Amino acid sequence: MVDTRVNLLGIELTNPVIPASGTFGYGYEFADLYDINVLGTFSFKGTTKEPRFGNPTPRIAECASGMLNAVGLQNPGVDAVIGEELPKLRRVFDKKVMANVSGFSVDEYVYTCQKLDECEEVGWLEVNVSCPNVHGGGMSFGTTEKGVAEVTTAVKKAVKKPVIVKLSPNVTDIKAIAKACEDAGADGISLINTLLGMRMNLKTGRPLLKNVTGGLSGPAVFPVAVRMVYDVSHTVKIPVVGMGGVSSAEDVLEMMYAGATAVEVGAANLVDPFACKRIIEDLPRVMQKYGISALADIKRY
Amino acid sequence: MRQTNFQVKHNEKIAENVFKMQLGGDISGIKAGQFVNILIDGLYLRRPISVCDLQDDELTIVFKVVGKGTEKLAEAVPGDMLDTLVELGNGYDLGKDFEKPLLIGGGVGVPPLYLLAKRLIALGKTPTVILGFNKQSEVFFEQEFKALGCDVRVVTVDGSYGARGFVTDVMDADYDYFFTCGPEPMLKAVYAKSKASGQFSFEERMGCGFGACMGCSCKTITGYKRICKDGPIMFKEEILW
Repeated sequence: MVDTRVNLLGIELTNPVIPASGTFGYGYEFADLYDINVLGTFSFKGTTKEPRFGNPTPRIAECASGMLNAVGLQNPGVDAVIGEELPKLRRVFDKKVMANVSGFSVDEYVYTCQKLDECEEVGWLEVNVSCPNVHGGGMSFGTTEKGVAEVTTAVKKAVKKPVIVKLSPNVTDIKAIAKACEDAGADGISLINTLLGMRMNLKTGRPLLKNVTGGLSGPAVFPVAVRMVYDVSHTVKIPVVGMGGVSSAEDVLEMMYAGATAVEVGAANLVDPFACKRIIEDLPRVMQKYGISALADIKRY
Repeated sequence: MRQTNFQVKHNEKIAENVFKMQLGGDISGIKAGQFVNILIDGLYLRRPISVCDLQDDELTIVFKVVGKGTEKLAEAVPGDMLDTLVELGNGYDLGKDFEKPLLIGGGVGVPPLYLLAKRLIALGKTPTVILGFNKQSEVFFEQEFKALGCDVRVVTVDGSYGARGFVTDVMDADYDYFFTCGPEPMLKAVYAKSKASGQFSFEERMGCGFGACMGCSCKTITGYKRICKDGPIMFKEEILW
């Protein structure tokens, strides 16, 4: 028997597999297919202060071993999430959920995080700093040390639950950004968000995405993600949640050897709705194959 | 939604760039107006294709070759297995109050209307059918609808087969409800021309096809909807162009 349990910031997960925000909705599409309580937890759809429709369509484009998306944080807003989505979620999921939060100003992050912090269902706040700062010339919070520190400091001051800052890979020095989060009081780091990409339509000579650019995810980004998880986990002392193209139990172990405490699975859920269930069922066999008896004791490189 | 593996039984070209494929497997629970999402070797995202017919243990799909995914599907041969998600989308609502339905299909929007016609006939409401294509070489399914006993009108944009013009040019039939599927300009024209109420099938680039990714959202009078999960069928009264 192998032990797949890991501890993420004081909460024990039965396994390290966490569907990533934006690929799992609020859980119930998947709860129709399998008992989602087999998951370690999941990170729900990125939530903002106000409801958002997001970007015009087409929002999705394919590429070799992956996809681009420009959904644009469509969500019903934090009040509807708390009033409508969480009560529905409670019926299908007994564990603590990870609340993914986005904002376009520091005040919006604080507002949304504070509200979700008060929800019993929420175990962690995952703060997505990849959104543009409307007060900072539209530059993403996540691209400067100052930006991530501002958000982290303000959110940490306002909430009691562990704060995991989700980083954008579209930066020059991911280590400096991660260090700035740690110094500002972040409890954990998750990465990578999607890589900025673009594709052209040869029939029209115009971009495939109406938004012009979109975020690249899927197996194509996996090695970039492993490298960044490695870099960050060797820079900060706080736990790192690794993600980016993870599609198999082998990928989960690879992320953990690179330094991840837990692992999020994103695009794979869209192609195979049973991806996380399959990975979780596969983990013991793959652990045995590589002589790992307990995931919590994995010897990271 | 359900995941299943279909075996290709038959795959043939029925018009210019248009293929009809029969898939053997578990078709239980699949409804007219729904779609399936097929995993294709070597491509990352699945390909959503409308349900054209269900008979015995076979699902029929009809698709046009428009890119890499449909090119590969066109090359499939009997015996090939296809990992497929089924029972996707809401399907047609046949419970509305009407007696004389009109079906209006354009190009590769024609296939889902075939199973719909069979379902309507089973309810004793044989539809009138308008099929629109660009040109003669693209025409398909005229005989299939006729064989069901439908009054069929075919139009081509260039006049090379049937009447010359658009589907809206022959919408003078006697009908009290309609169902339509085709390219968006055609749907808009049908919307503008139709006096009765009806249902529209929509298409959009999809990520997952089952409501998780918000890739195919649209705005409607009754709020934001996902084409894949809340659609692809929408009522005339809720559409915002």
